[in-house]
Amino acid sequence: MAEQIVTTQPVLDATGVAKNYGAVAALRNASLSVLPGEVHALMGANGAGKSTLVKILTGAVRPSAGDILIRGKPLDVRSPAQARRAGLVPVYQEPALIPDLDIVSNLRLTRTPVEPFRNWVRELGVPDLDLDDLARDVPLAILRVLDLARALAVQPDVLLLDEMTAALPANLAERVLDVVRRQAAAGRSVIFISHRFVEISALCDRATVLRDGETVGVVDIEPGVEEKIVELMLGARVDRSRPVSASQVAARQPGEKPRLSVRNLSIGTKLNDVSFDLSNGEVAGVVALEGQGQDELFGALAGSIRPAGGTIEVDGRAVRFGHPADAIQAGIAYVPGDRAEALLMQRSVRENIALPFSARLRNWGPIGSQRERGAVSKAIERLQIDTRAQGEVQRLSGGNQQKVTIARWVAADARTILCFDPTRGIDVGTKQEIYKLLRELAGQGKSILFYTSELEEVRRVCDRAIVIFSGRVVDILPVEIADEAALTRASYGLPRGAAADVGILADAAQKGAGAP
Amino acid sequence: MSSVTSPTPQVSLGRRVKRFMSDQPLVPLIILLIALVIVLQILRPGIVNERWLANTVKFSIPLALLAGSQTMTMLTGGIDLSVSTVATMAAFIMASQAAAHGAPVAVLLALLPALLIGIANGIGAGVFRVHPLIMTLGTSLIGAGCLQVYQRTVIATGTRIPDLFTWLGTGVTWGIPNALALFIPVAALILFIQKRTGFGRLLYALGDNEKAARLSGAHYWQVILALYVFSSLLAGVAGLLYVGLIRAPSSLSLAEPLLLPSVAAAVVGGTSIFGGRGGYTGTIVGALILTVLTTLLTILQMPEGARRVLFGAIILLVTAVYLRITEDR
Amino acid sequence: MTSFIRRQSWVSGLFALLVVLFILTRIIQPGYGSGDFGSLARAALPYAFAVAAQTVVVIAGGIDLSVASLMALTSVIAASMMNSASEEYALFVVPFVLAVGFLVGALNGLLIVVTRVPDIVVTLATLFILQGAALMVLEAPGGAAAEWLKASIVGTVAIPGIPESVTAWIPKALVVLLVCLGLVWIPLKRSALGLSIYAIGSSELAAFRSGVSVARTRIAAYAIGGLFGAMGGLSLTMSTGIGAPIPGPYLLASVAAVVLGGVTLGGGKGGLVGPIVAVFILRLMRTDLTLLAIDPNVTSIVEGTVMVAVVMLGAFLAMRERRP
Repeated sequence: MAEQIVTTQPVLDATGVAKNYGAVAALRNASLSVLPGEVHALMGANGAGKSTLVKILTGAVRPSAGDILIRGKPLDVRSPAQARRAGLVPVYQEPALIPDLDIVSNLRLTRTPVEPFRNWVRELGVPDLDLDDLARDVPLAILRVLDLARALAVQPDVLLLDEMTAALPANLAERVLDVVRRQAAAGRSVIFISHRFVEISALCDRATVLRDGETVGVVDIEPGVEEKIVELMLGARVDRSRPVSASQVAARQPGEKPRLSVRNLSIGTKLNDVSFDLSNGEVAGVVALEGQGQDELFGALAGSIRPAGGTIEVDGRAVRFGHPADAIQAGIAYVPGDRAEALLMQRSVRENIALPFSARLRNWGPIGSQRERGAVSKAIERLQIDTRAQGEVQRLSGGNQQKVTIARWVAADARTILCFDPTRGIDVGTKQEIYKLLRELAGQGKSILFYTSELEEVRRVCDRAIVIFSGRVVDILPVEIADEAALTRASYGLPRGAAADVGILADAAQKGAGAP
Repeated sequence: MSSVTSPTPQVSLGRRVKRFMSDQPLVPLIILLIALVIVLQILRPGIVNERWLANTVKFSIPLALLAGSQTMTMLTGGIDLSVSTVATMAAFIMASQAAAHGAPVAVLLALLPALLIGIANGIGAGVFRVHPLIMTLGTSLIGAGCLQVYQRTVIATGTRIPDLFTWLGTGVTWGIPNALALFIPVAALILFIQKRTGFGRLLYALGDNEKAARLSGAHYWQVILALYVFSSLLAGVAGLLYVGLIRAPSSLSLAEPLLLPSVAAAVVGGTSIFGGRGGYTGTIVGALILTVLTTLLTILQMPEGARRVLFGAIILLVTAVYLRITEDR
Repeated sequence: MTSFIRRQSWVSGLFALLVVLFILTRIIQPGYGSGDFGSLARAALPYAFAVAAQTVVVIAGGIDLSVASLMALTSVIAASMMNSASEEYALFVVPFVLAVGFLVGALNGLLIVVTRVPDIVVTLATLFILQGAALMVLEAPGGAAAEWLKASIVGTVAIPGIPESVTAWIPKALVVLLVCLGLVWIPLKRSALGLSIYAIGSSELAAFRSGVSVARTRIAAYAIGGLFGAMGGLSLTMSTGIGAPIPGPYLLASVAAVVLGGVTLGGGKGGLVGPIVAVFILRLMRTDLTLLAIDPNVTSIVEGTVMVAVVMLGAFLAMRERRP
């Protein structure tokens, strides 16, 4: 079979694809080659460049460099419409149906034939669909199926599925996988993006693995390939980090109330029954792949999102946050991952840091209290923020900007800081400073919840790692065993050690465990 | 590793222009103002003298006050189109009540509708999140209707402008317009609010990044409500001064011609219509520029229509250029 | 089918409200007859076109603040061109003015797309520019309109075979309105462009991913809005016989009627029927207040308050939708 595939011309062949946003390279040198009749997995950790590559292939953004060949012919995809015409049809994570149009109009908009669409919908396990329904009124899971049916109805050469099974109940997911398999059997190709190894080993022929914007390997899917893929995703990185020594973890008095206690928290379909504690003086890491519910978790704790169920307790008292101001009142501050969300880009460093001081109605009066000035200056000094370019925060380097977002809450003396991926895209030196700062804060009895997409940081900073997958806490690892490999496995929902049985993966897991 | 990293070493021309503009926004404005005065002097030799100067300042002040409302609201990304109606209402009510109740009571009565309209604007824009432009336009129409009704009911009493406002509006002492006695404290107050109070900081914060302000604990509606009340009261005060200057107390469209220039003065003065940037100093220079420009256009015998076209085009152009300059983040 | 009824329930409700208002009017003024209805239709004409212009733009996810100024401009252009010109000349004036409106609208859209300045700022600037342009065409109300144009919205339509007691209730103004709107709206609604306009208003990202050219669609929406605006300007000249350079209160009225008509300010929703019915509701309300012998200025206050309340409600609903 392998030889036979090699001789055929790839239906899609992308090489040397790169994309720069300003000085930031989202994609350096990605390649992807898909053969006819193949289900090809595209894999990579957070920030590896998957979504950028998808956007380029589907014409949503233009690449800075690289060639894309379709059936050996060079193709210049300038718009989604062009990609469609070339036979490459994507199904995105967020459905692309227009919410305020009914299904028929949505089909008309993309010039999709109705009858094949109807057949595919039935095939996919949705028997009673009213085509006059507004897309808005269709449940999300069904909507994703309709999006898939719409793509299938135009008989695409290459179907691109982005986390297709993510929001689907088991029975629909089964049908979808079945249809994908048959699609391949009929000689069409599918690019399959998923975080779920179970699906990938059950469905895919080969996998392309991206790391740091580069294609680092193409592997055939066979039993035990998970380990190899995890290895590729991690790269040749040596685990240099020292685990946090036990002495660093503040001794917890027995019987002391946890600073933050989350019980059975759930938010829509995104977060399910999440429970954990955060103690005073602790840095707890949160590890999750993109979109597993961590955004919603942090939003709820920060007072931005109202949870649908469950309780949050602060120092043993139940709280309900209606506005971030309530969370701040309870001593909980949120540092968002996107600096642009936290900073007043056109204002000065001092103004940015001092913002929480003016937020409350009683502080609207004249500024100038010695306390505030002192606190701001101390925070600037403590974080060693470069204030030469004082005028506007947008002129600072990314690292300095990130420091400002944290300095704000150091100055405001928040007891709990929720840090969402604070080291993303900043230089190594600043990263070290931030690690040190977070540990220092914990040493002073503050508690920190720290989501990170860079797994090695867990060992540098955290006392524990809470792993979330599909909106649930799947594991809580003590820092001693939370190396990158263990965290990667856990964040893909793979079991710790060999004991657990997860169907298809059981073989592979046993094989892996048998060796040592 | 040094903790102090240097900011981006290579700076493009556009970026340099932008930095200069944002660090020293007043310099190009003052150059423009002087240039306009020179053009005026060339077109009409001898026109620029002490009297002309006092007159220009006198006419700039009510405009600068109304533009103060626009500056404050624009800092949050809003706008206040009800200022002209509020100013007119205040002027008319003050003039019609002064005869019967005396100046102090009349002034208080005059500022009452300003307060009410400000509250309505604040609730509409802050709580219901109607775009301030639509909201203030609506309250402006309602206010104009109320003024018409009011005019009918008080037609008999007659109008009188208290001496104080005539003195403020038209008087000149030692070559300096008396209006400055009102304007300087008010301008100082606006500048103080913008630069030295927590409230002022929140205005910039909301306009720059509402989400960040929210995450820092600021309540949007509180700030917006207070802002539009202040803006409206400021417009009321401007109306009182303006009626002293124009001395046409029974006109029901007294301050209407100042609406467009007030928006233009704030925009020309470097306040971003998207919020987060600007300040009142620039607006004051902007008001002077517009007053001189108006004189110039009058001398050139440009009709009112062409003037509006020009001012509208200036707003669009300045905004588009501003957007281009700041876009390369 | 159920979803169709549910979707039309807002418009049905508006029709019911209109009927209730008619009954109320008859109670207040038992003599309210077909003639009064004719003048109501005539008075509603410019409002209806203004609302149609706003509706198209709002459905596409934008807003057009310049609509009242565009009406003033097109009205004075028409009136000054027809001033002391022959009756036949008006046959040329009408398409010319419509083309002006279309182009000005397209220019609005183009400026928004090219400068990337938000629609609300661009159309605020063009509001002033068009107002100035109108003043440059005519400094004071003046000009004239062709007799046949003026006559085309006065009186009723006589249809052979239908008794006059029925046709008396079909004023020409209403027929002109429905024909003009229908000629543009019905083909538009059935075309790919119409779908695209709804699509970009509903979700720009999803529309882009569905292969819609967002920029081109936006320009087209503003252009069609401009066309309706020009019709509104012409109707002003037709009903008054002159052109006035100062814009009437059509901006706020158009936004209020759009919201009342079930078109969300966020875009993507609603149709043209709702907003047009809403215009008649707002006009009839004014009639009722007048019939109750309320001071016309008080009437405008009440009307303004109702409109502001409607817009606030609309904004509130739009906000709730954004944050489910």
